[in-house]
Amino acid sequence: MMTQGLQTVSYIAASILFILSLGGLSNQESAKRGNLYGIIGMILAILATALGETTQGHGILIAVMLVASGIGIVVAQKVEMTSMPQLVAILHSFVGLAAVLVGYGSYLDEATQSMTGAAHSIHLVEVYLGIFIGALTFTGSVIAWGKLQGTIKSSPLQYPGRHFINIAFVVISGFVLIKFLGADDTSKGVTYLLVMTGISSILGVLLVMAIGGADMPVVVSMLNSYSGWAAAAAGFMLSNDLLIVTGALVGSSGAILSYIMCKAMNRSFFSVIFGGIGQTSSSTPAAAITGEVKPITSEETCDLLKEARKIVIVPGYGMATAKAQYSINEMVNKLTAQGKEVTFAIHPVAGRLPGHMNVLLAEANISYDIVHEMDEVNPELPETDVVMVIGANDIVNPSAMEDAGSPIYGMPVIEVWKAKHVIVSKRSMAAGYAGVENPLFYKDNTRMLYGDAKKSVDALISSL
Amino acid sequence: MKVGIPAEILPHENRVAATPKTVQRLIKQGFEVLVEKGAGQRALFSDNDFSVAGATIVDTQSLYESSQIILKVQPPTKDEIKYFKPGTMIASYLWPAQNQDLLKELAEKKINAVAMDAIPRISRAQKMDVLSSMANIAGYRAVLESANHFGRFLNGQITAAGKVDPAKVLVIGAGVAGLAAIGTANSLGAIVRAFDTRKEVREQIQSMGAQFITVEIDEDGATSSGYSKEMSQAFIDAEMALFRAQAKEVDIIITTAQIPGKPAPKLILKDMVESMKPGSVIVDLAASTGGNCELTRPGEIYQYNGVTILGKVDQLPSQASFLYGNNLCHLLDDMGKNEKFKIDMEDDIVGRAMVVYEGKINWPPKPVSVSAAPAAKKTEVKTQAPKAPEKKSGSSFIVLAIMGLALFLIGKVAPAEFLSHFTVFVLSCFIGWQVVWNVSHSLHTPLMSVTNAISGIIIIGGILHIRSDFTAPISILAILAVLVATINIAGGFFITHRMLKMFRR
Repeated sequence: MMTQGLQTVSYIAASILFILSLGGLSNQESAKRGNLYGIIGMILAILATALGETTQGHGILIAVMLVASGIGIVVAQKVEMTSMPQLVAILHSFVGLAAVLVGYGSYLDEATQSMTGAAHSIHLVEVYLGIFIGALTFTGSVIAWGKLQGTIKSSPLQYPGRHFINIAFVVISGFVLIKFLGADDTSKGVTYLLVMTGISSILGVLLVMAIGGADMPVVVSMLNSYSGWAAAAAGFMLSNDLLIVTGALVGSSGAILSYIMCKAMNRSFFSVIFGGIGQTSSSTPAAAITGEVKPITSEETCDLLKEARKIVIVPGYGMATAKAQYSINEMVNKLTAQGKEVTFAIHPVAGRLPGHMNVLLAEANISYDIVHEMDEVNPELPETDVVMVIGANDIVNPSAMEDAGSPIYGMPVIEVWKAKHVIVSKRSMAAGYAGVENPLFYKDNTRMLYGDAKKSVDALISSL
Repeated sequence: MKVGIPAEILPHENRVAATPKTVQRLIKQGFEVLVEKGAGQRALFSDNDFSVAGATIVDTQSLYESSQIILKVQPPTKDEIKYFKPGTMIASYLWPAQNQDLLKELAEKKINAVAMDAIPRISRAQKMDVLSSMANIAGYRAVLESANHFGRFLNGQITAAGKVDPAKVLVIGAGVAGLAAIGTANSLGAIVRAFDTRKEVREQIQSMGAQFITVEIDEDGATSSGYSKEMSQAFIDAEMALFRAQAKEVDIIITTAQIPGKPAPKLILKDMVESMKPGSVIVDLAASTGGNCELTRPGEIYQYNGVTILGKVDQLPSQASFLYGNNLCHLLDDMGKNEKFKIDMEDDIVGRAMVVYEGKINWPPKPVSVSAAPAAKKTEVKTQAPKAPEKKSGSSFIVLAIMGLALFLIGKVAPAEFLSHFTVFVLSCFIGWQVVWNVSHSLHTPLMSVTNAISGIIIIGGILHIRSDFTAPISILAILAVLVATINIAGGFFITHRMLKMFRR
């Protein structure tokens, strides 16, 4: 059996392993090792806890963990890379749920009941906060999952006074907290906790419902952050430093991701959380677009590609929905075999998760050496012969730079229109998720290749 | 409307303003095309080719009488202007800066004249830019003709008979002609160096495969018109020293430096030519405006001190006529084709290139900016820049103050045990902050799934709460917590593993 000392040392080791795990993700070579560190850290932490002096019920613990691991692995094995956002969202909800359960457990723990004075109050606040964040994460993630899966409409739910309602919910929660601190017996306390859990759950639903599909990367990373804070809160209530360290790591990681995503969309964090994109009202009206849209056939596209030396492909969420990444890989192989320089340009918010496009391209065996970030590609675009935009819209919208009246004005975009030719593969002329018209389609050097992305690319492959 | 293609009467002009292919394009645009007898002969297009393409072959007199639009290569001479009817539109080279008299004559005769060499260099007009299309040919030919006069291989070879060093080519001026020359010389295997006073072309030079050589004086020759300007004396001295050093070393010099409306700058002086190795070649593409080399004789090829100096290059008349004719087609296309043909002086392109319109001389036009150096934009950014940080530092000060106050309050009321946990918490946030910023953008999805997995650490809370009595409420809650947390851990790590496995070089 583990002594208290050994347990603490194991926790320190696990914390270090978790930090190394995140550090390992700084580049592709060390990333696999990073994941391994994470696994070792987790096993160490669980063993140290399970073998601890006070732990009971090993039998059921092992049984439950075996079953749950099986479920987890099967789900993770089956999921398609295109549905990664949904999986990540639903996994966040599990953390939230676990945090709620642990919170209630901690409140019911005999040790809590025997506490007195400031220590008791602080502990109660910790329990309260832990459950609050947990419930919010849980329902928020479930809604995010629904939106990503398509079971819930992805357009933002807007109704008057929603900021007021949200604030009111938070204020009521604060009020309930005071009542909860003053509760003199456990059953009353549990009632208050349940009321708060209800409020927090509704708040989670409302917050995520109000956010549109294009902002999903921010929401998912925000929920990632919340799940970390929920774990940290659980750490405080259990006086467990490992939980605090891990929760803080995850929380700040999610916060950074949200920050990066917001910056990539030129939005403030608060405007994403508290409002749909239509909110960014501007005094200057959006400039009217003039010009005509010029379609192109796949034969003509093929000719353009054959003549080009430098080709850049800009994938977007449309590539994911059409599952075109394998066909694109085949096309890229053919083009490189003909001596052309083909690279990919990835916008930070392309897709529905941070880094979503990179994963999909990696899945199709596309070397990460030719997959570049927006900032690397933009200076090279004027020398590029052909840019193929596959299923992307807002991230290549010139009005972000040219039209001060546009809702997406100021958002950094991939400046594809500077290339000699732009081919946009698109199903129809619908506006992007941001609901903004795209003047790119009307530019002189832009041609539209209509049709499903995968079918278009397949047609190109056969004629190349 | 009828479009007339006269024969060029200048003896050294082999090009013609249309080829059978471009005639077809004009007809497609709705025009009727008249071609003067023998117009295409020197560019190797027979009258028969033209009539097969749909043109009518006519004599000089009737061509000028019945055409509303005349397409030519060289500016019309006095003899030709006699034929023109008032109101006719002509598109040809005019060199308006040097040919003020010609403009006056055209204005007197009420001829509307488009100077193809004055098409503004904006991106929409690229397809009509004859200077670019012709310069491209000149650059290509310059290399081939220099190779012809050069007594060695251009590429380096190691043969059984011995090793051959590659030829060294210096290209001065990296405009369209210069870049075409660089590309051609590079593809023939020569070592290419290029010089230009405009710093912005460095990347273009390098992308064509040449080494960019420059002087150590910080002066940029770029102007907003896309051409280069004349440089200061100090710069010219440094430039001369550079060329003097290069002349001793290189085998072929191709010069393309021209300044609009002025004689070409003298860059290769007599002493430099004398210092060159015998057998070297100089191709002077600026010969028509006086030449970049002091010893150039425009239109002539001769040897000086063992160095061959080319004052002319072959125009590749068929190819050049095709490109020139296409440029003209694009111009007429832009002006509305036959149906909606209109001289729109408000238009950016026509308004500038139409140097004579309804008896008035429209030269020089207002300048347009095409240079890649965004001078105007920069100042705009600068004026906005100082505002933002001010606001930011103000708000970050407030944030710091609030954080300080919060820390103070916590320190005041919280018990020691909480504070020790709080220390751990704050430090961990900072570690997380530092570590996560280093994560590569492309790995953000794996980052999310791995953080997801490790946030399953909350399982520990569950484990600690399981009691030996499974039916106690706390145990049930704990077991459920362990269940979902474990799904999370196993799923998260496994999916991360799956994703990372896919990333490959």
